[in-house]
Amino acid sequence: MNTRTKPAPRGFGTPELLFLLSVGVLVVVVAFPMLLIFFNAFWVNGHFNIVDVLAVLRREETYQALLNSLILSGGVTVTGTIVGTFFAWLVTRTDLPFKSTMKLLFLVPFMLPAFIGALAWKMLLSPRAGYINRLFMDVLGFDSPFFDIYSYAGIILVETMYLFPFVFIQVSGALERMDPTLEESARISGADLFTITRKITIPLVLPSIVSGALLIMLYSMAHFGTVAVLGVEIGIYNIPVLIYEKIHQSAGSFDSIRTATVLATVLVITAALILWAQNRVLAKGKYQIIAGKSFRPTELKLRGLRIPLLILCIAYIALTIVLPTATIFMVGGLKTYGLPFTLENMTWGNYNHILFEWDLTRDSIWNSISLGIAAALITMFAGVVISYVIVKMKVRGKGFLEFLGMLPFSVPGSVIALGVILAWSGKFGINLYNTVWIILVAYIARYMAFSLKANSAALEQVHDSLVEAARAAGASMAQALRDVVVPLVRPGMIAAFFLIFLPALRELTVSVLLYGPTTRTIGVAIYTLNEDGETVYSAALAGIALIIIVVGEILIKRLVTGKSGA
Amino acid sequence: MASIEIRDVSKRYAGRAILSGLSLALEDGECFTLLGPSGCGKTVLLRLIAGFEAPDSGSILIGDKAVADAASGRMAPPDKRGLGMVFQDYAVWPHMTVFANVAYPLRLAGVKGDELRDRTMRCVELVGLAGLDQRLPSQLSGGQQQRVALARALVSEPGILLLDEPLNNLDANLREEMRFEIKALQQKTGVTILYVTHDQEIALGIADRLAVMDEHGKLCQIGTPEEVYEHPADDFVFRFLGIANFLFFTREGNVLRAGNSRESWRGPPPDIDGKLLTAGFRPSDVLLAREGEGFSGIIRRASFLGAQFDYLIEIAGVLIRAALPSHECVARGLLFAEGDACRVELATVQWFAGHVAAAEKL
Repeated sequence: MNTRTKPAPRGFGTPELLFLLSVGVLVVVVAFPMLLIFFNAFWVNGHFNIVDVLAVLRREETYQALLNSLILSGGVTVTGTIVGTFFAWLVTRTDLPFKSTMKLLFLVPFMLPAFIGALAWKMLLSPRAGYINRLFMDVLGFDSPFFDIYSYAGIILVETMYLFPFVFIQVSGALERMDPTLEESARISGADLFTITRKITIPLVLPSIVSGALLIMLYSMAHFGTVAVLGVEIGIYNIPVLIYEKIHQSAGSFDSIRTATVLATVLVITAALILWAQNRVLAKGKYQIIAGKSFRPTELKLRGLRIPLLILCIAYIALTIVLPTATIFMVGGLKTYGLPFTLENMTWGNYNHILFEWDLTRDSIWNSISLGIAAALITMFAGVVISYVIVKMKVRGKGFLEFLGMLPFSVPGSVIALGVILAWSGKFGINLYNTVWIILVAYIARYMAFSLKANSAALEQVHDSLVEAARAAGASMAQALRDVVVPLVRPGMIAAFFLIFLPALRELTVSVLLYGPTTRTIGVAIYTLNEDGETVYSAALAGIALIIIVVGEILIKRLVTGKSGA
Repeated sequence: MASIEIRDVSKRYAGRAILSGLSLALEDGECFTLLGPSGCGKTVLLRLIAGFEAPDSGSILIGDKAVADAASGRMAPPDKRGLGMVFQDYAVWPHMTVFANVAYPLRLAGVKGDELRDRTMRCVELVGLAGLDQRLPSQLSGGQQQRVALARALVSEPGILLLDEPLNNLDANLREEMRFEIKALQQKTGVTILYVTHDQEIALGIADRLAVMDEHGKLCQIGTPEEVYEHPADDFVFRFLGIANFLFFTREGNVLRAGNSRESWRGPPPDIDGKLLTAGFRPSDVLLAREGEGFSGIIRRASFLGAQFDYLIEIAGVLIRAALPSHECVARGLLFAEGDACRVELATVQWFAGHVAAAEKL
């Protein structure tokens, strides 16, 4: 029998009001900017115009950007999937020492912004100035650099380091939940371990592998930072970078905006295709045999390979996490970029300068923190109300509401930024361009889906009868919400806050398209300082950003585990 | 304390009629059980009374005050109806201690300080949770959470207590214990109880009066447990109140032929007319013998259940169940094996018009 919160609505009441309010917010913030992109791409002077669209698509640079996007995201997807699957298997199905510690360490790259990693690798491996390459040529006497990071391979390697956790998380989860009796029965039937892996294990975890791989592809396709830092000098650019250049270099001319909208449309269609493919894979891969319970799977004895593989894991972590992070902090402490790392070349002055003296960097830290808090607070509260309508209320058309809210989840950041420019640059009465507000609006659109997910999950735990019990006990609807719903949803709201605050803090793709002279975010400041050749300040600011991010992550872990422990 | 009157209430969901034109009156201070199969609309009726649903037509009165009236569109919200309710899934608030859960209705009513403490603690003790008042629900067993829900529903001394299958998730012993406790509480406080369940044993055991509802939301019979059990209005009620055997007869002149056999009814003549008749009886109404009077039967299955023997017997082409106390079977040499022949007599039967389908088929 169905249980329902509200009496059947007749006419217009609170549910309808809340519903319309929610739809209104999402239309203004999310749907309207998206529609403007398509409108600007296909309509010229009030006429539908496909010829110009095709002309834009046929241009050399568009074609090249698309091709680069495919090469880069394709490459990252392949390498990231191999690395992620291998490490996932290693920490779940073998007797590798310190497995649980390793598992946590492999998740650390998720916390680090990829463009800061790219910056570090540029300092280490740029063909002439990179420290490792100079060590090779100047000290060891080689003729050519050890590795040129300004290349397709370099970009793919750096993105792989920071994106492989997408596959790692999915596959280690699937391997842990897989019923070991499936493999044991194959063993009893006479199959050796190699056959079992090939015929049983891999087919069963394949959906998880593919779905993680598609996430990598989606992310890499929409990723701006790494390509911008490593590719631009030698002319490698992808679609987000091209959109950025169009918007920035041509001072907002109509043609460049139109080109950007066409590029954005291509990006949206690609993202939609990837997500569609992922849904297909997940729907097909819903094997019953991967149960929700955690079993103890049989472990492969690594024997002689145990220590070498442990060393491999430690080396990988040292190379991808420790080395770049150390480089950032060390370079941030240099008096001048390019000096060797000796004590007399080091100074606290850079950190002091960017934290206390220089307005540009001080503003950027303040901007990012206040933008992050504002976006997180607004989205958190709006998300609770909208989730409440979606999960608990009986109104027509809430599927539409859900669709609107989840839309930005699949829309690349540069597309959101472009849509926000089109909507809020004065064409429709409000001009927020070059103010901090336009970034806030874009953040709200971008992160609304995070908040909806966290809050819906929390609200679904609050069974209707808990509210009804309060009503029967004599509580008005408002009292029931205050005393029962809000306390139970609060952990979800806090989670939503941090799920938005932390990514917003290190955000680059959106704000780089929207910043004005005084509205740089941390990401933008790091990026532009690096572009302007202020490498040591860029590194120092990146170091500060890393500290803020890590402290934030630790705080959220504390808060979340503290809650469940109570 | 308060009576409940339901007048001609109808309710539809998604185009399907759940209740149509239902009327029912509960007297002040009685324990009334609504018994029906799952999905028959009994929970909907409870929710209509509580105010979580509005009737499509008809009206509901609590005391002599109309709390819902479809004609005028007036609806008193749940919090203004002065009732306590225990939900099927307990609905104990997981973020509040036992004390806070039970005290909540009093707090809302503006009770403060020592009075709040005393009344809450008295209620916690009443349901046997003394000493557990600072626990969180996650630290309690299902039965204890159940008691919290009950205490919370009782603490503000409501005129009406609505119970929605509250003992469903408890084990058999606890269920029995709680049943006695609810009954004792009701006698102590004089609250009017409406108890909704599909478990006939609880319904018969707890009710002053009960109503049986069929799958279509229609009330088949209202009466005291004894009346309903002894004189079921129709075969649905009879079937619902326990294991039911049916043996159909065809009237041929003065003789009633049993099933598709040549055997005939030899007991007192049925109290109804008609060519086709069915006799309904319980397993305990079956008298078994090795030889003598009665229908000839064959034992198809014999199970020993401890206190009694359960036999599945084929007579006149139908299967019936018989339950005999173990000591009687031993004393009278009635330990049958599968395939044994036996004689079957029926102590009491209920007569129904027409041929009623038997529960077990050959």
